[in-house]
Amino acid sequence: MPPMDALVVMKTYWIFIVPLAVAGIYCLVATRNFIRVLIGLEIMTKAVTLLIVVSGYASGRLALAQALVVTLIVVEVVVISVAAGIVQGIFHLNDSLDIRKSRNMKG
Amino acid sequence: MTLTIVVLALTLLAATWAVMTGGLIRAVLGLAATSILLTILMFMLGAGLAAVFELSVCAGLITVVFISSISMTQIAAKSDSAKWARGHLRHYWPLPLILVATGAIVAFFCLKLPIELPPPAESVDAKGMLWESRQTDLLGQALALFAGVFGVIVLFKEKEK
Amino acid sequence: MPTYFVLVPLALLLALNLPLGSLGRKAAFPAALALAAAQALAVVFLPASAYSLPFFLSSASSFSFAADGLSRLLLLTIGIVGLASLGVGFGTAERGEERRRFSNLLILAITGMNGIVLVADLFSLYVFLEIVAVCSYILIASRRDSGGLEGAFKYLVLSVLATLMMLSSIALFVLMAGSAGFRAVAGFLAGGTNRGLSVLACALFLGGLCIKAGLVPFHGWLPDAYSGAPPAVSVLLAGIVTKSTGVYSLMRLSSAVFGFAFNMGPALSFIGLVTIVFGAFAAMGQKDMKRMLAYSSLCQVGYIFLGLGTGTILGFAAASSHLFNHAVFKTQLFVNASAIERQTGTRNIDELGGLSKEMPITSWTSVIAFLSAAAIPPLGGFWSKLLSVIALWQAGNIPVAIAAIFTGLLTMVYFLLFQRKVFFGKPVARQAPVVEAPFCMTAPAILLSAITLGVGILFPLTFGTIILPIAGIP
Repeated sequence: MPPMDALVVMKTYWIFIVPLAVAGIYCLVATRNFIRVLIGLEIMTKAVTLLIVVSGYASGRLALAQALVVTLIVVEVVVISVAAGIVQGIFHLNDSLDIRKSRNMKG
Repeated sequence: MTLTIVVLALTLLAATWAVMTGGLIRAVLGLAATSILLTILMFMLGAGLAAVFELSVCAGLITVVFISSISMTQIAAKSDSAKWARGHLRHYWPLPLILVATGAIVAFFCLKLPIELPPPAESVDAKGMLWESRQTDLLGQALALFAGVFGVIVLFKEKEK
Repeated sequence: MPTYFVLVPLALLLALNLPLGSLGRKAAFPAALALAAAQALAVVFLPASAYSLPFFLSSASSFSFAADGLSRLLLLTIGIVGLASLGVGFGTAERGEERRRFSNLLILAITGMNGIVLVADLFSLYVFLEIVAVCSYILIASRRDSGGLEGAFKYLVLSVLATLMMLSSIALFVLMAGSAGFRAVAGFLAGGTNRGLSVLACALFLGGLCIKAGLVPFHGWLPDAYSGAPPAVSVLLAGIVTKSTGVYSLMRLSSAVFGFAFNMGPALSFIGLVTIVFGAFAAMGQKDMKRMLAYSSLCQVGYIFLGLGTGTILGFAAASSHLFNHAVFKTQLFVNASAIERQTGTRNIDELGGLSKEMPITSWTSVIAFLSAAAIPPLGGFWSKLLSVIALWQAGNIPVAIAAIFTGLLTMVYFLLFQRKVFFGKPVARQAPVVEAPFCMTAPAILLSAITLGVGILFPLTFGTIILPIAGIP
């Protein structure tokens, strides 16, 4: 694949990856529900995952990018599972998933 | 190329729907749809190993984690969720506009940006790369999984009073 | 050789968690204690050349861990703070079960932190940062009380944001440099191509690390996490977790990898100054002892960046020595705060007073720690702050130096007043008489004070032989 073509493809991806990340941020900031916060984080993680793969594609380092993405996915699953555990704990204490009901407002 | 743009647009749409939809379960399904579309994108770029991981772990495992979390917190959620579903769209309507604007800004600034790429490297396949050059990361993965198991044990165990 | 610092704790962890019945359960705490002590002693007694010996399985595996002066300093600090944290954990655990879980998670956290200071690749750094982060979330939330769970959640969200910034940066480096290894990225940045994207990549990565280090304005998670966590976990967080994850990484990257390109130095000094001022003023308004200490930690970490931002060898030496000194005296203060909370049942400053009669060891060790924090000679904290100011002066950054001295004086005044009230003022009437904390908590306090005193008194002697060489290998 001639390098010029790969760069154009990558930039096309960028035009969609950045809004994807913004959607995740918006979800994170505008929500009152703990679980939606996690969904927002997940969406942003997907944007970054795609960014890594497409960077590897453009620079000819797909093998490296894939190795990074595989590790990334495993680590992020652990983080989300622990996060879900924490959210459940908060739910058991407050009987609600509303972030306004917990003492410290996210800031 | 047009196929790529279509799938990219669908991915963004799925994610937007996940953010904007009122019901929690529907949001999680939107997230799963985003994962599946992401898998397709990665296959199209030639990243087969990563695509398979994304599909099985993110579209599969994480969706299960979310849905089981939601079902375990269902009791209070029922009273709140009806309220939330109604008022939800009110907070989120600016989102599509923001997204389109963001995409336009990125296109404007980056399409003509010259980028110099690194010199080509010897081609290795992903499996070789992972097992030979990134063993430190594999060790890290093992430790992270250990931590995850501890997390589940500590956080999900019933409190003995 | 450095690989052992990661593999030995991992092997220990596996051994402890095999289904060997009660033996595995009972051995957790002593095993953790032995590990932390062994790590500290190993760093003190092993000569530098031992670190280049190859790992005995190196033909079968290719883990890339390497240690230089700064890494060894961190390894030592990890061992010391680990010991202190275990002591507090022993004294404050509500059940044997909690103690066992804490020991296991501590060993895992030590493994992660050792990994952080030993890797030579941006992505591997991320992996081990996440390992430590996950251990922190679990530890902070481990008592499942509202303070802990909410503190853990806040920390988690901000930490994931930091992670995402770092990963984006790694993606950009893969794009531009074809690799994420330290040397490759440093080589690429020296080449100076793709300037705009390089600035973005560096800024993203450093920004992510600033969140992890708790620098202003990214410090939002710190006070809640530090004060909501169980006592032993606060000790660990304040003493080493924030330091090894955020501070060490920032030091390593800005000096060795990013090479202080793009005006990074003055930016770091400025962020450091803002953090110092904010932390100092915020600490003064706190009534909860642990929150006060959390804000004061912010302030002290800012000093580390003042020195670092100059980009000089002296600045780096100042940053390294302040990192160590702060780890020692801040751990000390959290250990003592835990002791006070355990013995008196309160963390509210208004309810404490005149403790020197009832808790002499705690009081006097706290005094030493506070004096070090307030930069009174000849204690450790004085020397490292002096070095920072000298480094700033020499680098021509006079206004920042003056501001740092001024804030230092403010901190000094505040701490002296605080000490006087809590330890030497009028005793406050209480229902039950207060006694000194148990040995498991006073022992670490005494050890840490001894280190503070020792480092302080020996500083002029060790400066040339130990401190500068750490900086000379950036």
